[in-house]
Amino acid sequence: MVTETDLIRALEKIPYAKSLGLKPLLIGEEFTLVMPYQDTNIGNPALPALHGGAISGLLEMAAIVQLYIANEGTGLSKPIGINVDYLRRGKPQDTYARALIFKQGSRVANVRVRAWQEDYDKPIAAMHGHYLNPKAAED
Amino acid sequence: MSTDHVQKLWEIGPTMAELTPHSKLLGIKFVAVDKGRATLSLPYNPELIGDPKTRVIHGGAVTTLLDQACGLATLAGFDQPTSCATLNLSIDYMRAAKPGETIIAQAHCYKTTKHVAFLRAIAHDGDETDPIATAQATFMATGPRPKDSKTW
Repeated sequence: MVTETDLIRALEKIPYAKSLGLKPLLIGEEFTLVMPYQDTNIGNPALPALHGGAISGLLEMAAIVQLYIANEGTGLSKPIGINVDYLRRGKPQDTYARALIFKQGSRVANVRVRAWQEDYDKPIAAMHGHYLNPKAAED
Repeated sequence: MSTDHVQKLWEIGPTMAELTPHSKLLGIKFVAVDKGRATLSLPYNPELIGDPKTRVIHGGAVTTLLDQACGLATLAGFDQPTSCATLNLSIDYMRAAKPGETIIAQAHCYKTTKHVAFLRAIAHDGDETDPIATAQATFMATGPRPKDSKTW
């Protein structure tokens, strides 16, 4: 069983997660990845809006951490392909992401992720992606 | 398409690509811009590592570089100055980026309509025939509406 403390420790070792300022939240079995607002995640200072790349980084990391939990911390899954839909402007405020593993195969996992800000029912972005399981990546 | 428009992007491109706060955090560099085309680079940066064991850059940083390159190619693809936003970004990761190597992203806006731009892009570390990732994207014009559709 992976705990929130395990996730905090795992993310601390990933420099990219630190650069984005990501914080994991684990309530029961429900995992949420938080990207607290920071100026360095802005992509359009005129609007202002978060960078699409920062939002995608949050979504991709949420998928990887969700798989890390499912694989009981046995390694990091490798991305094969992702598809991100940008639905609303990312406002300069805290952003959340939650991932759902649609299918866990022996080699490949299919994951869907949602990102939102003040309202879960008004997602700012959605992603689906395929990931190579850590064990398959070693073969 | 006026050449002035692309000329202007040569002038403001480096600022846009390098000084946008999130691009600056990653260390993205402007390389070139042409009609419907843009090239950017991302020198190896240990702060972007996604897997501490292999020291490979996280896919999210490659995504950001491709997104930024596609955005600039979109601006260079519309027939007048505008601003744009990403609608969809689809990326296939062919292989891990080599630790220590600069990543280059080349984006091509091959079609624009009044509202939407269609793009393809690749990320590689020196050899175009051995890509790290390929991307397909659509962007939307959020500023002044382009007058016409174009094919590049």
